[in-house]
Amino acid sequence: MADINILAIESSCDETAAAVVRNGREVLSNVIYSQIDLHTLYGGVVPEIASRKHIDKINQVVEKAITDSGMQLKDMDAIAVTYGPGLVGPLLVGVSFAKALAYGANLPIIGVHHIEGHICANYIANKELEPPFMCLIVSGGHTHLVKVADFGKYEILGKTEDDAAGEAFDKVARAIGLGYPGGPKIDRVSKSGNPEAIKFPRAKVGGSEYDFSFSGLKSAVLNYLNTASMNNETIVTEDVAASFQQAVIDVLVGHSMEALNQYGFKKFAIAGGVASNSGLREAFENACKERDIEFFLPPPILCTDNAAMIGSAAYFEYISGVRHGLDLNAVPNLKLGERV
Amino acid sequence: MKILALDSSGLVASVAYLEDGKIKGLININYQKTHSQTLLPMLDEMVKTLEIDLNDIDYLACANGPGSFTGLRIGVATIKGLGLSIGKEIVDVSTLEALALNWPGAEGIVIPIMDARRSQVYAAGYSFEGNSAKPVTVIEPVNCELSVLLEKLNAMGKKVFFTGDGVPVYKDMIAQSLKVDYALPNAANAYQNAANVAALAEIFANEGLAKKAADISPVYLRKPQAEREREAMQGTN
Repeated sequence: MADINILAIESSCDETAAAVVRNGREVLSNVIYSQIDLHTLYGGVVPEIASRKHIDKINQVVEKAITDSGMQLKDMDAIAVTYGPGLVGPLLVGVSFAKALAYGANLPIIGVHHIEGHICANYIANKELEPPFMCLIVSGGHTHLVKVADFGKYEILGKTEDDAAGEAFDKVARAIGLGYPGGPKIDRVSKSGNPEAIKFPRAKVGGSEYDFSFSGLKSAVLNYLNTASMNNETIVTEDVAASFQQAVIDVLVGHSMEALNQYGFKKFAIAGGVASNSGLREAFENACKERDIEFFLPPPILCTDNAAMIGSAAYFEYISGVRHGLDLNAVPNLKLGERV
Repeated sequence: MKILALDSSGLVASVAYLEDGKIKGLININYQKTHSQTLLPMLDEMVKTLEIDLNDIDYLACANGPGSFTGLRIGVATIKGLGLSIGKEIVDVSTLEALALNWPGAEGIVIPIMDARRSQVYAAGYSFEGNSAKPVTVIEPVNCELSVLLEKLNAMGKKVFFTGDGVPVYKDMIAQSLKVDYALPNAANAYQNAANVAALAEIFANEGLAKKAADISPVYLRKPQAEREREAMQGTN
């Protein structure tokens, strides 16, 4: 079969990214322009500022992705773009740009679900990985436990009822003075803290068995900080960070292992920005080893938002015949597995 | 010269095709559907009807603002993507200056006003001199309270020709506060129109003002709210 080369664009949050991916597994180029320094000034992503940055950078990023791939635009088989979920302003820049690029080059356009992209980062990292398997996606905006029944076929087993895991990291990091972005900062200071120092709650929720909740944990951390400061007790930032991170890891690992057991999967993968958390990676590695489960995880560069993962997801859409029209719109609350 | 132009800076989504000083195609849609769904299908319809070969185009053109932040970006992202894929340069023109062509040759000041909410407008002032089709800027594009603009116009003492989506929103305030003679637009010259963008782009292209797709950026005339709030806080600290 002839090679399928896809130029993919991702702009759903604060990274302007483009990549060329061959046959869904081989990354020919992967360009990411991160706006994080800009948003750090505001303690989080400001959608209007992100949108403005995307439109100023998108040509440079896409041109570099094409050049780095050693190919030309006309050699591509399709253009892919994230069309949801995400921030509507940023999404619209990528979608409008990608559609016009495809139109001018007379190529098909394929809209891709952002979270499905995160899952597919595992196909790039592990060339042998094939469904069925289970995947936990943890990022600043999402916490999903997903059954990957086949390429492009997904079923949500559990999701967060309130804050995403990454959101909880950001909020707790702000409260203990570490600042934004919370995930990497908490991960770093946790290494010198005691994860057993403070017993924070591991929330059980009323909905689906595998749903998550992190707002209670976040409140517990805030209460602990308030009480400690009222009683003039010394707050050991490292211990708070480590104990909080341990509580998040326990819930994520616990739910995942229970679900793996119930559904009988022998393969488990993680994805999303929080999947680059070193404590989380280690905990999952150990838990999977104990249960003789094959564990897959992408390298950190494919965990945070990138377009290579979108190019991978688009390949499996492409070979199953999915094509979008020139009226493709951004869908900020696009559901996993949904095709709009 | 062949120019493909678009404007999605406001309520209207508009595409136009100009060939040697003539508008050969124009589609204007003022409908609730989002521009991201309508703009490119409209462009495609025009291209097919006129049997345009995109490779034969000399320049692309777009209204680069001010306007609705999202609407502007849909249009500008579209033209930047198209510019990259067909390898053509882009002429970006002010939304306000393009609107001024709704009153070509007006004897007085043409004032495009766009509703910027919170009793503010995006506005500018233009005049036409001699036989020239090119507007001359007499009031630089600005984001201001309408009342400030009206005071200025009273002081200038010339007849005012209004156009733009701010007119229906503010016509009572204009009637109350404006002391000089003025004209309001009719249904045909009240809104953005990509034919105006194409006509201006032809003038600018001849002046060598076309840019690479990568260098095109919207002109918002207003900072993001978070940035304004942050600056205000820093100012008080």
